[in-house]
Amino acid sequence: MAKKTTTQERILYPVDWLEERSGLVGGIRYFLFRNVPADVNWFQTLGSATLTAFLVQASTGVVLAMYYQPGPTTAYPSIQHITNDIWGGWLVRGMHKWGASVFIILMFLHMGRVFLFGAYKYPRELNWIIGVLLLALGLAEGFTGYLLPWDQTSYWATTVGINLNGTAPFLGPFIAQFLQGGTYINADTISRFYAIHMLLLPAAIGGLIALHLYLVIRLGVTSPPWSKEAAGTGPLPPHSSNGSGPSSGTEPRQPVERAASG
Amino acid sequence: MILVGSDLDSSRGHDHTPGPSLWPVGFAVGVVVMLVGFVVSWAIVAVGIFVTVFFAFLWLRELIHGRALAGEPPAVQPEQRPPRAAAVPRPARTDLVHDRYPRNVFLEASTLGLGAVIGGLVTLPVLGFMIGPAFLKQGVKLSDLGPITDFPEGQFLITTFTSNAQEGTVSRRTAFVRNNGFLGTQPSFTVISNHCAHLGCPVEPNGVPLYKETKRFRDVTMIPVLPSGFGCPCHGGQYDTEGNRIAGPPVRGLDRYAFSIINGHLMVGKPFSIAYVVGTGANAQIHATRLSFPGEHVSGIESWLYPIQPPH
Repeated sequence: MAKKTTTQERILYPVDWLEERSGLVGGIRYFLFRNVPADVNWFQTLGSATLTAFLVQASTGVVLAMYYQPGPTTAYPSIQHITNDIWGGWLVRGMHKWGASVFIILMFLHMGRVFLFGAYKYPRELNWIIGVLLLALGLAEGFTGYLLPWDQTSYWATTVGINLNGTAPFLGPFIAQFLQGGTYINADTISRFYAIHMLLLPAAIGGLIALHLYLVIRLGVTSPPWSKEAAGTGPLPPHSSNGSGPSSGTEPRQPVERAASG
Repeated sequence: MILVGSDLDSSRGHDHTPGPSLWPVGFAVGVVVMLVGFVVSWAIVAVGIFVTVFFAFLWLRELIHGRALAGEPPAVQPEQRPPRAAAVPRPARTDLVHDRYPRNVFLEASTLGLGAVIGGLVTLPVLGFMIGPAFLKQGVKLSDLGPITDFPEGQFLITTFTSNAQEGTVSRRTAFVRNNGFLGTQPSFTVISNHCAHLGCPVEPNGVPLYKETKRFRDVTMIPVLPSGFGCPCHGGQYDTEGNRIAGPPVRGLDRYAFSIINGHLMVGKPFSIAYVVGTGANAQIHATRLSFPGEHVSGIESWLYPIQPPH
């Protein structure tokens, strides 16, 4: 007699089917349901917030690219069209414009949290370095994106920005000329910035974010510097979140996995 | 023969038959180079023929004399003894030369090497396409500003012109043009660029432009002005009427345009940078340098920071 199939098994059948063939479900569980120190802090959500801001930029940017037309005679009218004519355009462009600032601010706040928590110390130095690269690429996104509305502000701000690069010793003039694609800002400059802004830099940022997250998962999350738990000098909080569910507080202390921090 | 992985661990590739000859690969490369040469140039054909003949010779020699490594694989006795203790080091084998270059190492190296070659063949042209156009063919065409009789002596005209008709509006430039009369028998003009020598903002004349007296020649507009100097709205750089820096952050004077007069028309061409100007008007001595980006020193010890200029 065949085994009776429960309703739950029927509902979960697609998940089981997927898991059996890919292991994806287990991978997602491994990614999302990790042990963290019991006394993690709200400030430690700033990294996820930064990632969310990047995803907002990526998704709004993809849709804006469907309407935006880079080019010295088309860029500004297409921005006007997006803002004034297309249904919802003002909202998505606004999300992208203001979200850019949010993304940059969150990167700095996240960086400050990591610095003040000492989370850049052994064994997490490499993740700090990747984070600094991400910050540089994020700022480059801001710089290249600023030109795209092609109005007076963006044109002259970009002129100044390019010439600032040009004042760097030795290679500066070459960097500046590479950025504007010639001796002066010309018809190719805006499409050049557009390609860098929406293809080159996001791809690089995406790859580095993957590395960043891999190292976070591999090395775990730090305890706050005031953690008595990490120092081994205090009782566990009543709701230890090391994967064993609520504890009564009287149980023997469980070693918290992946919480070895400086 | 190339020795790769000669210090391999001893478990690797012991009793394999000798690897295949490498010479046919070189022969094939030579043929490919020769075929590419037929498309590209005769010099490459010659190189390809040389490579082909060279490797054909090596291959033939090997076929005739027989390779040192060729022949039947040595009969391998099945392992009978119990495995030796791991602590006993195995004696180094010197009798089998082909151990030093097993087949799997060749396959690994050639896979990685071919991958690198293919990757390079794809990447290099793309990189060149990305970087090259910014530096090549940067020449400046002459722009016609109209008959020189449009330029009254001693007065600046804020002259805006299209420097590249193909590019259109984005190539509009502004110069402050003053007719200095004659120097001997030659007409003299001062053609100052409006790109601030600090960071490239557009400088403005310190004086009221006489918009009502605006002149036009094709798409060139000329607005008369009698300035006391030039000032930059971005960061406050100030220049005198010869374009010398007198205050603020700029590191040098304003750039100028080379000009020529063809059929009575004033033509402006290549811009160049200026360290400083001594004197005024037609008698000014211009200490000119190659065109540099705004913010670069062109004289003094700081100019050593910018030894090479990209082609402009």
